[in-house]
This record gives sequence, structure tokens and C-alpha cells, in this order.
Amino acid sequence: MGISSKLGNLGVVTTTLETAVNWGRTGAMWPLLFGLACCAIEMMATQASDYDMSRFGMELNRATPRQSDLMIVAGRVTRKMAPVVRQLYDQMAEPKWVLSMGDCASCGGVYNNYAVVQGVDEIIPVDVYVAGCPPRPEQLIHGILTLHEKIKGERIRDWA
Amino acid sequence: MVTKDIASQGEKAVETTWEGSVEELRGLVSERALTGETMLLNMGPHHPSTHGVLRLLLELDGEEMVTILPDIGFLHTGIEKSIEDKTYEKAVPLTDRMDYLSPLSNNAVFCMAIEKLANIDVPERAQTIRVIMLELQRIASHLVWLGTGALDMGAMSVFLYAFIEREKILTMFEMAAGQRLMGSYMRPGGVWRDLPAEFFPAVKKFVEEFPRAIEDYETLLKENPIWLDRTQGVGVLEPDVALALGVSGSSLRASGVNWDIRKAMPYSGYQNYDFDVPLGEHGDVYDRYRVRIGEFWESLKIIKQALANLPQQGVFRTDNRKFAPPPRAELGHSMEAVIHHFKLWTQGFDAPDEEVFVAIESPRGEISCYLHGTGGTKPRRAHFKTPSFQHIAAMPAVSKGHLLADMVAIIGSFDIVLGDADR
Amino acid sequence: MQIPAALNPVEEVKAKFGDALLHHKEFRGETTLIVNPDRLVDVMLFLRAAPGLVYNYLSDISAVDYYPNDYGDDFKSDFRPERFGVSYHIYSMLYNRRLRVKAFAAEEAPQLPSLTPHWPAANWLEREIADMMGVKFEGHPDQRRLLMADDWDGHPHRRDYPLGKETVAFSFNIEDIQKNKPIAKE
Repeated sequence: MGISSKLGNLGVVTTTLETAVNWGRTGAMWPLLFGLACCAIEMMATQASDYDMSRFGMELNRATPRQSDLMIVAGRVTRKMAPVVRQLYDQMAEPKWVLSMGDCASCGGVYNNYAVVQGVDEIIPVDVYVAGCPPRPEQLIHGILTLHEKIKGERIRDWA
Repeated sequence: MVTKDIASQGEKAVETTWEGSVEELRGLVSERALTGETMLLNMGPHHPSTHGVLRLLLELDGEEMVTILPDIGFLHTGIEKSIEDKTYEKAVPLTDRMDYLSPLSNNAVFCMAIEKLANIDVPERAQTIRVIMLELQRIASHLVWLGTGALDMGAMSVFLYAFIEREKILTMFEMAAGQRLMGSYMRPGGVWRDLPAEFFPAVKKFVEEFPRAIEDYETLLKENPIWLDRTQGVGVLEPDVALALGVSGSSLRASGVNWDIRKAMPYSGYQNYDFDVPLGEHGDVYDRYRVRIGEFWESLKIIKQALANLPQQGVFRTDNRKFAPPPRAELGHSMEAVIHHFKLWTQGFDAPDEEVFVAIESPRGEISCYLHGTGGTKPRRAHFKTPSFQHIAAMPAVSKGHLLADMVAIIGSFDIVLGDADR
Repeated sequence: MQIPAALNPVEEVKAKFGDALLHHKEFRGETTLIVNPDRLVDVMLFLRAAPGLVYNYLSDISAVDYYPNDYGDDFKSDFRPERFGVSYHIYSMLYNRRLRVKAFAAEEAPQLPSLTPHWPAANWLEREIADMMGVKFEGHPDQRRLLMADDWDGHPHRRDYPLGKETVAFSFNIEDIQKNKPIAKE
């Protein structure tokens, strides 16, 4: 449609700014290497050979929050660890997203006691929740793809 | 200072830097830190190489470490106190999540403590199944150790290779227990259910193919000059120091002390299997690596023997209906079965008001359970002494005088898991 | 080299320390010695060093809180003179046997002498009990908290410390819970 149909095969593509930016953001989203507990092992298994996350653009896990886009909170967040989580979230640069992986990060999980924060959304805003204890690698990938869908639906007015 | 009501403050940013002064550490760090001659560096809870949320306060003289103060507790989930609130059988899934790289070992030690306390018998088939699963778990845990330990030192392909084999083991666990990790497969009196028919060809295939994988890892690492440089002579642990510090498992055997609980105080039928215990000589990181590679071979031997010895007639859980629920088929025609089922599911079984202590050999070392009953259905106290706890406490003694980059090798060699240390 | 024969720990400790050994017990093949806390360090070092005993490996130090529970049993008895019971599990590699030494600490100002200056394995085990049960160990080089945050109040493993549950949400109380539960917006 548009210019390309009139001018033939010029190698030009027209699109909206939002689509281009969202495509760029979802194409190479780098997760923060933030595994806390058992879900971290499944996250490592998702990153490794059998269920490869680099096909979704997540080739590297950056250890520093300054260079990462996505914080996958994998594991239980305890009260002693909570300020650290908040500080890491604050250190990440915009645009940033949070995926809460597993039951403990989503709602406190099996642990309903003095030591565990009942859901990491008490501290940081979460975009996608993935359930499971621990979630299978396929579930985590489904969560990431859901996050990609959510990002593709973002509009300019959300960015301001 | 960390504050405990961070959760209620939501989006408000909270002071998170450590506001204390060096004065508070007087007596713990050397005198030179108080004058500023040496630097205090925080290798914080969020770090790619600390295998979990471990905080190390390092006192550095240039690149050389003078003192180390480990700070744990960032993953403390109150599992021991939660167990006091649940009946014995319902507490088994909580123990899965302590040492999350070998959940079956945690289950096994807890179930064995319950069996000792309440005097529950374990049939022979159940014991053999337990041995097979424990040895598969040992291989799976050592694969993660190998992958992450090598990854920390830059050998990334070992990580990818190790996880291929681990996926095969996790598929087998899923066949038996229904879940890849965290199966809670061991129950008081035996195991949860019998091994399904598709399990046996999978194990046989794995046992045939795994030796080739071990040779792959050896090819990548054993004579690699970078690996040898980074691991030989680093983090030497003398045997008498290791015994005094409470180090156990592969780390103790790498220092030359021949102690394996599976040989010394056998449990679950381990006395019937013929296997060796690999020992090291110098007690450095390289020797700990060699001991664990040796344990791969020994575990394969044990699995082969256990598969051959698996009794064909036998139950997978104790017949004593006071402790183990009856199979559902019996509920249709037996009133006692219905009553037992009802009592077990609503109340649970009783255990005497006494204390027992059981220790087994988990892939990390000696994990032990101290269980004190009340005479009722819930325990009074369940305390787990976990190997990672003692090993992190032993790290300052091992790493004095080493360079900062060696710290990563030392942490990896002790095979610590923070869920294990913090519970 | 001739290895000396294994001796009975109960008799040896009774012979050497007399009244410091308050009681001993056997259950499921495990021997427990209940000792006077003042002589605790001496008993442990004797068990480690004496030929015929040589309990050279400290496996675990556990603490139990005998606070009266829901079943209403009064805890004080011959075998449980005080509220906190601290068990030291030691192992002899030479004779391949385990032993438990137990000492009791009173409810008001519970304290025990620390084993850490003589036996480094006890370092963090005692620190964890001091943090979680509130039993103070005199002579321990590091009195900071181990598992809980530095400014935490209370000792969570005590039986009268609440578990800290969040109320289970049903349809009739979900509104109240959501009003009080913090949620981060940005």
C-alpha cells in the first residue's frame, strides 16, 4: 500500500513510528541476570540448549541494571532482599519491564510467613505474571511472548 | 540500613546504602581497614558469580583479599518455622525448596527423620527406588555445578553441554514424580508412586549415553591450560582445618579425608552397592573438580546396580495404613481403608515427643535433619543443618591471601546454593 | 598403630565430670547426654580429645523451644529443666558413631558458653541460634544477626513468635485485604 505500490520494488517499507519502535524494543530485550531461588534454575534451563531464549532476542543476561531492559524476578523475595530489589529497579533505565516468574514472586507462593514478601508487586510494578512452581521453560517463554504482545500494543501517549 | 517495612512503602524509594561505619566491624576486619589502608568492597547480593543472593564484604589490599565477611539471609524463607505449622506429610513439599538443586535429597532426609521418629518401615523396593532417584539427582546437581562453575570462569560451552544432559534427567523425574524439579517424590514410608513403565528405557538409554558426555566435559576442561591455571593451587583447604570447620561432602574428600556417609553410615540400602569414593590430594579447586567428576562415574555404577537389583515384587510405600494412605481402589470396599484415609488426610499421623537426628550425603555435603516431635501430628522443631551453610562459613579461612578473581573460583568450587544456606 | 578400644561415653563423662552430667537417654539407637551448661565446653573438649571417644566432627547445633504448645503440656521435667534446649551433635570418625550433648538455657536471659573459640565449626551454628532463638552465646566473636535483617525485632524460631501469615482471601474479605495490601504503581 502507499508509496511502495506506486514506485515498485524500491526496497522501501512504510510503517508507523510506534510499530518500528516497538519492534525494536521487543526484538532485543536484554534481561537482568536476577535469579533468586529455584525459578532461577528454570530460567537458566530456558536460556540454555533445549529451550533457547536467544531466538527471542534475549541472547545475553546483563548483570548490571543499567544496561538491561527486562527484570525477571525469578524466585522468592524476602524482606531482607526487598530493598535491594527496589534499588535495582530504580537503577534500570527507561523503558523497563518486569516479569514476575513463579508463584513466590507473583503472590508469595507456598510461603505465607514473616520472611517472604507476598508478591513482588508490593514493591515494584509488574507487567506479566507467570505462574508455576517453578514454571516450565515453555511457560516462561509464553510469558515473554505475552510481554512482547503487550509491548507491541503500546502507543506514543503511553511513553510520555 | 535495611528496613523491614519496605513492603509497606510501595513505590517510595528507601535508603538502601549501608550507612554503618567501619567502627561496627572492629574485631571482624583487620586494623588496617579502620585507618583506610585497605579497602572494603561489597560483592553484593546481586552479582553474576555468587550463585545466588550472597553478600560478601571483602577487605582488599590492592587485589589481594585480607578478610572476607559473608552476609547471608537474603533468601531466608522461614521454612523451618512453616514446617512447625503443618503435619508431617504436608511439610514434605516445603523441604523441596531448601536446596533447590537437589530437592530429592532434602525430601529424603526429612522423610528418613520422620521414619526414624515414628518407627515407620520402608520396604525394599522403595529403598531401591530412592537410591536410583538420589543418584540421578546427584548427577543432575553436579551438572549444574559444572555448568555454572565453568561459566563463571569463562568456559561458556560447558554450561550449554551440561544442560543438555540435565534436561534428560529432568524428563525422567517428570515421568516419575510429575514435576521436573520440586517433585516431592519421597514420602514418609517410601515414595509417592511407583516408577512408570516408560521410566526404565529412559534410564537405560541415559546410562549408556552419559559416559560420552562426561568425556566431552573432560575434553573441554581437564587439560585446558586456562582451567588449570585458574584452579590449581587456588583455595587450598588442609584436611585438619576442614574437619575443624565442619566442611563435608566432596569438598572434604578433595582434601583427602575419606568420609562418605553412604559408606560410613549407610542408609536406604547403600550397603548393598559396590562403588568407590573418589579422593583428592591437595584440597584445591582443581581437586574438588576432579572429585565431583569422579562422582559422576560412581553414580552411574550405583544406578546400574540398583536397576539390576530392583525387586520386582514389592510395594513402593509402607503397608502400614496408620502412616501411608491406602490405594484408592481399596476405598470402594473396605471401611478401615476409608477411616485410615480420612484420619490421615484430616489430621495426619502422630509422632512421639522425642528427638531424632538423621544425616545423609547430599550432592553438596552432609545434610542433616534434627526432628523433635510433640506426640501430636505436627512437629515441635525441624532443624536442617545444610552443607552450604558451613561451607560459606568456611570460605574466609580458605580465601585469605588470594586475589579477587580467585574468589569466583573458590565460591564455585564449594558448590553452594543459597536456598540451602538460608532455608 | 594400635587403636584403643571404644569406650562408653556415658560412663566416661560420668567418671570425669560427676554431677555435671544431669541425665542420659537412649532413643532409637541415639544416646543423649544432658549436661550442666557451666561445664559444657569442658565436656565437649573432653569428648573430642579423650582416647576411646575421639568425637572429632561437629555435625550440628540445634535449639528447641519447649514453650507450652497447643496440647497444653507443661514442659518442665527431669529431662527438660528449662525452656530452651540446645543439642550438640558430634560424630566420631574413628569409631563411626554419633552422640548428642544437650544443655538447657533458662527463659529469662537465656545464655550458654560459646564453643567457637575452641571449635570453629560452631561459629555460624551458634550465631544462627542467637539470631533465631535468642540464646546468647558468651564469648562468641561475632554478635551480629545472621539470617534476619540487622534491625529486625524478635526471634522468629521461638514458639510464641507469630508465623506472620497474610489473611487468606475469600470473596467476603477480598475488598478489605486489597485496601490494606500495598501495591507499587511506579
